[in-house]
Amino acid sequence: MTAAARASPWPKSRTRWLDRLPRDARVFQIVFLAALLTTGVLLRDFSVQPLQIVLTFAAGLATQAFWLERLGLQRKGVLSAIVTCCGLSLLLRSDTLWVHPLIATVAMSSKFVLRVRGKHVYNPANLGVIAAITMLPGTWVSPGQWGSDLALAVWLIALGSIVTGRAQRLDIGWIFLGAYLGIVALRVLLLGQSWAVWWHQLGSGALLLFAFFMISDPMTIPNRPGARIAYAIAVALGAAAWQYVLFKPNALIWALFLLTPAVPLLDRVWPGKRFAWRRSTRRPRACDAWRTLSRAAAADRAAPDRNAKASWSTLRDPPSSP
Amino acid sequence: MPSLAARRTGAAASFALVAALAAASPSVGAFCGFYVGKADAKLFNEASQVILARDGDRTVISMRNDFRGELTDFALVVPVPVVLQESQIHIGDPKIFERIDAYSAPRLAEYFDPNPCEVRKMAREMPMPATAGAALAQKARRDQALGVTIEARYTIGEYDIAILSARESTGLETWLRENRYRLPAGASRALQPYVRQGLKFFVAKVNLAEQAKTGFAYLRPLQFAFDYERFTLPVRLGMLNANGPQDLVVYALTRNGRVETTNYRTVRVPADVELPTYVRGEFPAVYKALFETQSKREDYRVVWTEYFWDMAWCDPCAADPLSPDELRRAGVFWLDGDVSPAGAPASEKPRAGGAQPVLLTRLHLRYTRDTLPEDLMFQETRDRQNFQARYVLRHPWQGDTAACAEAKPYLDEVAARQEREAQTLVRLTGWDPAKVKTRMSMHPATTPKWWERLWR
Repeated sequence: MTAAARASPWPKSRTRWLDRLPRDARVFQIVFLAALLTTGVLLRDFSVQPLQIVLTFAAGLATQAFWLERLGLQRKGVLSAIVTCCGLSLLLRSDTLWVHPLIATVAMSSKFVLRVRGKHVYNPANLGVIAAITMLPGTWVSPGQWGSDLALAVWLIALGSIVTGRAQRLDIGWIFLGAYLGIVALRVLLLGQSWAVWWHQLGSGALLLFAFFMISDPMTIPNRPGARIAYAIAVALGAAAWQYVLFKPNALIWALFLLTPAVPLLDRVWPGKRFAWRRSTRRPRACDAWRTLSRAAAADRAAPDRNAKASWSTLRDPPSSP
Repeated sequence: MPSLAARRTGAAASFALVAALAAASPSVGAFCGFYVGKADAKLFNEASQVILARDGDRTVISMRNDFRGELTDFALVVPVPVVLQESQIHIGDPKIFERIDAYSAPRLAEYFDPNPCEVRKMAREMPMPATAGAALAQKARRDQALGVTIEARYTIGEYDIAILSARESTGLETWLRENRYRLPAGASRALQPYVRQGLKFFVAKVNLAEQAKTGFAYLRPLQFAFDYERFTLPVRLGMLNANGPQDLVVYALTRNGRVETTNYRTVRVPADVELPTYVRGEFPAVYKALFETQSKREDYRVVWTEYFWDMAWCDPCAADPLSPDELRRAGVFWLDGDVSPAGAPASEKPRAGGAQPVLLTRLHLRYTRDTLPEDLMFQETRDRQNFQARYVLRHPWQGDTAACAEAKPYLDEVAARQEREAQTLVRLTGWDPAKVKTRMSMHPATTPKWWERLWR
C-alpha cells in the first residue's frame, strides 16, 4: 500500500478495490465511448455503418504506427489513437465509405505535424470533424442524435469518474459545463423562457460528451490551472455566441476549433508543467478534481514552478512521443 | 404549428381514412412492386402542416390552415424576424400541400412471389431489381400605452393582417384581447421570449367580406418570405391550445441535403419491412398505429423522418413529381432563372431531363407541451441518402406442395416468412398478436421432420 493510499479518505477495502482498476484514464474513456457507440448503432439509429467504424480504426491506428515508425518514437499512444477513432465514429456522419478513414488519417497525422513546443495543438477528433464538414462533400454532424437517456448515462459516467479519481484534468470539463449552462440559464432568465429549456440543454448528450471527452483532452489544453479556467470560460462564451448570436449549428466543436490556437499562446505567456498520461505514481484521489478549483486561484498568484506542484496528478514531464 | 389561437372548434375527427388504392401510380418498368396504399397527413386529424423552403438565409414558410370552426373565431399569431412588407406575404394554394403530401407519404408496395416451379426460368428471363401547417387617434394612444406598435396593416386575400412589435408581452396580450383575438390562458408567458428577442408578430384574422369573394369554403395557406439566419419553427405558441399530443408535419425543401433537427433526435421511422398481406386494404390504420406506438415508445421526444429524396428522380414514383411551377408555388425560389443567395445563377449546374435541384425532407413529430420545451431548430445536412417509409407486401404463390419438388420448401419458407411478418406487425403497431394471426390466412406451418431433411 502506497503512502497515498494510506492517506486516502476511503476505507481500506475500497482503496484496494480502486487499486485494481487500470490507472490510465483513457482505458475508461475507451470502454465508455465504445459502449456509447455500440448502444448508438444498435439501439439509437446512429446513421453510422459498422464498416465506417472499422475503416476509421484501421486508418487511425495505421497512421499512428506510420508516424511512430517514421519519427523513430516509442511505440505508444495507441490508447489515444483509439480514443480519437471512437470520437470520430461517434461524431462524424457520411454517406460514403472513404470519408471516415481519410479523416482518421488527417486527425492522427495532425498530432505529429501540428505541434508547438512538443505539444500537439488540436484535439485530433475536433480537427478531423471540422476538416470533414468544411471540406468534404456528404459529411455532417448530428448534434441532436443523443436524446436525454444517453445524456443520463454520460452524467453517471462523469460523476463516476470523479469517484474513481480517474478524471484527469476533467476540471476543465466541469468549468466549461458550469460556464455554458450558466450562460444558458442567464438567457432563460433574460428571455423569460421556461426552465424546461435549461433542463433540455442539461440533457444534451452532445454537450456532455464535448465537456468530458473533447475539451477535457489534457494534451490540448493550457498547462497552468488558471489558464485552463480562462480557456474553458472562453470556449463556453464562444459556443454560446455561435449558437445564440450567429444561430449556427455545431457551436461546441466550432468554438473549440477556433479557440485552440490560443492554447500555445497561453502556455507561452502563462507557463506551467505539461501533462503526461499516468500509469503509476500517486493515484489521483476523489477530492482532487474539486480541490483543483480552489487551488487554481492560489496557484496562479505563486511562481510558475510552484504552480506546477500545486497542480494535481500531472507531475511528470511527458515522454517525447504524443 | 405557430398558430396561437387557431381553435379547432367543431373539428370533429373528420379525417377520412383514404384507402388509396386509386391513388396508386404503378410504375412497372424498373420496379417489381406496385404502390397500393399511402398513409398521408389527413390521417392525423390534428396534424399541422408546414412547408419550409430554405437556401442560405432565405426562407419561405407556407402554413396550411386546417381551421374548421367559425371563421370569426380564426386568429393566427406567428413570430416573424422582421416587419414583413406586403409583397413578402402571399396566399398559397392548398393543393400544393395535398400534392407534396401524396408524393412523400408513407406507402405500401406489393410484390407477388413467382411460381417456385418456374423460378429458374424466371431468374433467367427477368433479373430481380433491387427493392426499393377622433376614435382612431384614441386607439393609437391606447396601443402606445400597451407598448404595442402596429408596424403595418394589410388585407391580403381573405386575411386582415397586422405586423406588430411589442415592448412587453402583457401589453401584447392585452392588445390582442382588445382586438378580439381569442387567446388561451398563459398567452403572455408564451409570448414573452419572442418579445424579448425583438421578434415581430404577424397576426391575422379572417376578413369575412373578402373571404366570401374568394368563393372557397376553406382558408387558403399563408406564405411568408424573409431572410433569417435562424432555421427554426416557432411551435411553442401552438401548444397553448393543445389538449394532449399534437402532430406536426414539416416538408423541408432544400438544395443540398437532408434536413434534421439539432435540438431533438431525428430518427427514420421504422420502414422497409414486410407486413402480412391482409393489411393491404387497411394500410392507413396500420401506419397510424405504427406512428402512435413508436412515438409513445420514444416518449414523444423524437422527430421522425418519413421521406427524404432528391426530387430530380424517384424510383418508383408514388405520385408524379412536382413540376417546376408547383415547386415555385411551394416556395422554392432557386429554380432555373432564379438567383441563389450567393448571387450566382441557381441554374449553374443544369440537370438532365429538366430535373430540379430540390430535395424534400418530410419530418413528422407528435409532441406534448412537456416534451418540446424549445422551438424546433433545424440544420441542412449534406446527407443525400434517399429514404422513404415503405412497407412491403409479398403475396405467396398460390399452389400446393404436389406441383413440383421446389413447391414444398417454398411453402415452408412462406410459413416462416408469414410468422416473421406477423411479429413485425405486432412489434411496430403494438397490436394483439392473437388478433393479427387470426386475420392472417396463414399457410399451415409444416415443420419438416428430421428424416425429411436427411433425405432431401
